[in-house]
Amino acid sequence: MAKSNAFAGADLELIDIRKDFPGFTALDDMDLTIPAGQFFALLGPSGCGKTTTLRIVAGLETPTFGQVLLGGKDITAAKPHERPVNTVFQSYALFPHMTVLENVAFGLRQRKVADAQKLAVDALNLVELGHLAARRPQQLSGGQQQRVALARALVNRPSLLLLDEPLGALDLKLRRQMQIELKAIQLEVGLTFLHVTHDQEEAMDMADIVAVMNKGRIEQMGAPEVLYDRPKTVFVSKFLGQSNLFVGEVVEKNATSVSIEVGGNKITVDKKRAEKHTGKIAIGVRPEKADFHEKKPKLSADQIVIGPGEIIDIRFTGVSNQYLIDIPNVGEITVFAQNIGKSPEVELGAKVYVSWRVEHSYGLSDLPTGSSEA
Amino acid sequence: MAFAAFGGGAPAKDNSTKRKGGPIVLVLILPGLIYLGLFFMTPLLSLLVTALESPDPSGAIGAYLYDLNFGNFATVVTQYMPQIIRSFGYAFAATVFALAISYPLAYFIGVKLRGSPLIQRLLLTLVIAPFFISFLLRTIAWKQLLSDNSGFVALLHNLHILAPTSYFIGTDAAVIFGLTYNFIPFMTLPLFTNLERLDIRFLEAASDLYANPRKVFRKITLPLSMPGIISGTLLTFIPIAGDYVNASRDFLGSSKTSMIGTMVEADFLQNWNYPSASALSVLLMALILIMVTFYVRRSGTEDLL
Repeated sequence: MAKSNAFAGADLELIDIRKDFPGFTALDDMDLTIPAGQFFALLGPSGCGKTTTLRIVAGLETPTFGQVLLGGKDITAAKPHERPVNTVFQSYALFPHMTVLENVAFGLRQRKVADAQKLAVDALNLVELGHLAARRPQQLSGGQQQRVALARALVNRPSLLLLDEPLGALDLKLRRQMQIELKAIQLEVGLTFLHVTHDQEEAMDMADIVAVMNKGRIEQMGAPEVLYDRPKTVFVSKFLGQSNLFVGEVVEKNATSVSIEVGGNKITVDKKRAEKHTGKIAIGVRPEKADFHEKKPKLSADQIVIGPGEIIDIRFTGVSNQYLIDIPNVGEITVFAQNIGKSPEVELGAKVYVSWRVEHSYGLSDLPTGSSEA
Repeated sequence: MAFAAFGGGAPAKDNSTKRKGGPIVLVLILPGLIYLGLFFMTPLLSLLVTALESPDPSGAIGAYLYDLNFGNFATVVTQYMPQIIRSFGYAFAATVFALAISYPLAYFIGVKLRGSPLIQRLLLTLVIAPFFISFLLRTIAWKQLLSDNSGFVALLHNLHILAPTSYFIGTDAAVIFGLTYNFIPFMTLPLFTNLERLDIRFLEAASDLYANPRKVFRKITLPLSMPGIISGTLLTFIPIAGDYVNASRDFLGSSKTSMIGTMVEADFLQNWNYPSASALSVLLMALILIMVTFYVRRSGTEDLL
């Protein structure tokens, strides 16, 4: 695909978008910039407004307020067929009365592109379905239909490709395979991809930038590693992976760190990794960053040690063991230990201490619901 | 396989799960078969036999003998050619008008009103509402509304659409109007059933792929609603071609608008020429059968019917 560099994606900008439906607001104050050539994922639970965002970009919904800019041009009022944007729909929406090839050539034919037939065949070959060109979509498997839908959108060389949970209907194995293929195609053709999904693994695996949405707003946006390592809100810390959260009043503060007190234990976070430095704050740590010990470890400045607590549940998941540890006055803490032959052999009911490095703590900007009495 | 049904219970035991048509199926379709045999096949055969009869040599009016007089068909074709052409011409025109009126109506009710099922059901009831009154009464009512001294005709005269000495009742237009009006629900309902299930996502996908609204309609909506169009046009065209009420001079027609049905009625009830009436009926049936087969083949929707 040497000629693929001849076209490049365009920047997408959403400015102050609001979308009201009768009875509820789907999007509120939505600001978003997607640089050209990025694989951008909108991640969130169902009903968070991610599909509405995508439909506004495609022109299938009109925002109540706000502007949509593509490559600097205002397309807010443009009809769907006037936008250089193509969508891979969740349901694929392949036209049942046309062959696979006619489906793929549809967009080209509408724009009266010369060589539509040849380009469509090339696109089908790109997704390795050239041999099924004469079939009807109903005769294909789910994975094949998904690839036809992708080819039908890609063949138009849109400035922006929208993906509306296109992998949602596939089984896990096929999904992983399609994720790899999709990412490879994006790198190959260099388009801007806007991918909407509720699958956090999919988003983290494929996207350059992930925006986590909740209740019609973007909670946090960034590279997947950054989002995972430093979530800023309770929602992000829980939606993207798992989190152990501790809520307490700030009792100690110095130039580099902030500490809270929870049930007689001191939990510290680096100042630059904390959103709030005063009052009651929540500090979290990922389960795989925490360790437990049967003997109380030596205290050091860069370690947090809490406990002792009791192991109340052990779950074997293959690559790791998940331990649930109940520490009096603190609550339940989850600890993942990899199955590499080094994890301590403990039994249910064992008394253990939990520790992690201060640099793995993160301070959140909000508090978990129901934490006011803690 | 059906013999097993009457052969006692023993052999049915080992293969009853493999067979699709068991004794129960036979019992269930029996009433339908008897009904079809009595009320469809018998009259049809009687009609065919009558169509081949010859006049009684005694010359008595209404007396005919069993024969194989295929000449009856040649006679009716030459004698009633104008009525045959007119019947299919009227049927074609009325079907086209009914489609032109019903499609937007069905689209509006079935697609645009999806969000408000209450209004949807209300409008559907209104489509069917005329059926609550006998269609003879309704057609008579139209005859009054469009009569020579009606406001409608006065308007046509004032607008110089109609010459001062011409009137509306008794014209081709009046008959086509009546046929269209009477058969619109038969077009609207199958179209509605089809359009109600039209997947909007296909339309969105097409507009996402650069098709403007007109193209979306031509390339997606229309082909996807083809089964509804086919069944709607068949349900209107076939009965219209055989209609004898609207074109009758007692209703909206005149002696110049007689259709095949009018002539069949006249031959049966006034002229007592049963072979001629039967031959004409068989001819009508055969012509419709040929046209429908050709139509369904052409539209490539055999599997959808």
